[in-house]
Amino acid sequence: MSTESQVGPRTMFDKIWSEHRIIERDDGQTLLYVDRHLIHDGYAPAFDSLEERGLKPRAPEHIFGTPDHYVPTDTRELAEIPDPERRFMVESLMHRAAAADITVFGLQDRRQGIVHVIGPEQGISQPGLILVCGDSHTSTHGALGALAFGIGMTEVTHVLATRTLWQRRPRVMRVLADGALAVGVTAKDLILTIIATIGTAGATGHVIEYAGPAVTALTMEGRLTLCNMSIEAGARAGMVAPDEVTFAYLAGRPYAPTGRDWDQALARWRALPSDPGARFDREVVIDASRIAPMVTWGTSPQDAIPIDGQVPDPDAEPDIERRQGMVRALAYMGLAPGMALTDIAVDRVFIGSCTNGRIEDLRAAAAIAAGRKVGPEVEAWVVPGSRPVKEQAEAEGLDRIFKAAGFQWREAGCSMCLGTNGEVGRPGQRCVSTSNRNFVGRQGQGVRTHLVGPAMAAAAAVTGRFADVRRLVAGA
Amino acid sequence: MEPITRIVAGAAPIDRPNVDTDQVIPARFLHKPRDGTLGRYLFHDLRFGPDGVPNPDFVLNRPPFDGARILVAEQNFGCGSSRENAVWALHDYGIQAVLAPSFGDIFRSNSLKNGLLPIMLPPEVIHGLLAQLAETPGGTIAIDLEAELVTLQDGTSHRFEIDPFMRDCLLNGIDELDYTLSQMEQVESFEHRYGRRNA
Ligand code: SF4
Repeated sequence: MSTESQVGPRTMFDKIWSEHRIIERDDGQTLLYVDRHLIHDGYAPAFDSLEERGLKPRAPEHIFGTPDHYVPTDTRELAEIPDPERRFMVESLMHRAAAADITVFGLQDRRQGIVHVIGPEQGISQPGLILVCGDSHTSTHGALGALAFGIGMTEVTHVLATRTLWQRRPRVMRVLADGALAVGVTAKDLILTIIATIGTAGATGHVIEYAGPAVTALTMEGRLTLCNMSIEAGARAGMVAPDEVTFAYLAGRPYAPTGRDWDQALARWRALPSDPGARFDREVVIDASRIAPMVTWGTSPQDAIPIDGQVPDPDAEPDIERRQGMVRALAYMGLAPGMALTDIAVDRVFIGSCTNGRIEDLRAAAAIAAGRKVGPEVEAWVVPGSRPVKEQAEAEGLDRIFKAAGFQWREAGCSMCLGTNGEVGRPGQRCVSTSNRNFVGRQGQGVRTHLVGPAMAAAAAVTGRFADVRRLVAGA
Repeated sequence: MEPITRIVAGAAPIDRPNVDTDQVIPARFLHKPRDGTLGRYLFHDLRFGPDGVPNPDFVLNRPPFDGARILVAEQNFGCGSSRENAVWALHDYGIQAVLAPSFGDIFRSNSLKNGLLPIMLPPEVIHGLLAQLAETPGGTIAIDLEAELVTLQDGTSHRFEIDPFMRDCLLNGIDELDYTLSQMEQVESFEHRYGRRNA
């Protein structure tokens, strides 16, 4: 545990942490004040334990919910969820929220979507806040300069009941991305490169602050993608300092402050970035200019390699444990060492999730799909991250581009990122996915997941195999 | 919560790194009610074949490991999602402690809140223990939470550390939420100051 520097330059994390510290015990446990709590349709156990104790949510006006994990993406009718246990998950969120006066964007609501997409979209996630949610990808909201992290169900119950949470102070790692991302290279490729560099446990016990020219050059949506996968690097939270990009994004959003409140908030937000000379517990530097579009070959997000690369050879790995892991991963993935990625044929394509289900992601995918056809053997889905994303895409005609190319255009939800709603692949299928985890069985028992960015996913859909999106853009 | 002081039990090796919570309990079982029977989904896709038949090669299907109440795992055990169902599945199955060189952060904190001990030991101790389990399966391991000491089947003892606050809660069966509820006056006065600062 690092000790806090009370004087001298402070990191953005320091500032937010100390602003929210209610009690600090001698043993280092700190009771933190929670500004916003986002909830979803996996919350039934937390509401149950609250009820068992005779407690109610303490601050319902700061809780926002939406069903996402269990909703079907081919219909908006609750009654059409065939599995009663899954239907119950959605129903129970709606009932519990209504009973507790919690704002919830239900299936028929025009604001419904994946919880980590709607938080920023509605202006609920803001700089300087502590925001929690019973979901590990809560790290996403750190893109706005918030301290946002995922918590377990017992912690969820605690936050519901008290609006507070016990935490030990994590360490802070700065990841500096120098240089500029090349054309055709995205935030997804940057974060996959970071994870491949430091490993899936590389930032365990840390909060990551992403900085450097390649980060500040990202749009807010790119920053959301970046922070989203902090957990895949082992970090519970990731953050980017708020700047003009952040403020322009937030201005005018439904839950963003307005008028005099906005001016005051802006003054506070401008003071948030880490002070010059602030010390980080660890620093990692990445040369962003050398990054190519990335594809994962194995069953861990750290197994990411450039699209022009080849499936690695376990025999070249000196560490025996890692070698065995690679052999297992290759067997599961049905790949042989030395295969060129561009020779690997794919069965399914999933474009969506809280990592890459926002409007810019769909635009990038549509730009590749336009005027092309999904391979005859490929089943390709586009699942917008939220209803507003879907409506925006339809207003821009992206849905027509996707449908003309042979993609399925679906309703908003988590869908095949996790498959808790029943939308999974078949054993042995090779699925190219813009989501965040390629774990064994993540998209269905025996399904082989490859993580990529949205344009790369579209490129795989239309060529039937992995393809370098930079070549497709060039028209080659 | 029941106080925990000492655990003496057999151990089983889960000897691969980065065992994610999707392996501990696959996502398609996450909507199953928390009724004390989630143990049947523990390591489901490793423990059972696609036809539902137990996989004879999986360690928890092989004696003497089928009676294990302690797991010995590799680095980064429990990485991935925040699903507390992973801890509930281990707990319902009867697992009382996991020994590993490192854990996923959220998994570790979820474990402590459910009386499952996530015990971090140096990699060389874990590797020695894995070797012992391979050579002489069936021995027992003793964990003394008060003394923060684990005694392996070869008689050697090793210190470990559990967050003092959580250790106190575990030893005395204190519920964290009850404790916080007793501090709400402080929360309210903080809230008052905070609201004024951020209004
Ligand atoms: S889209 Fe995937 S990662 Fe994101 S909240 Fe849903 S299930 Fe979790």
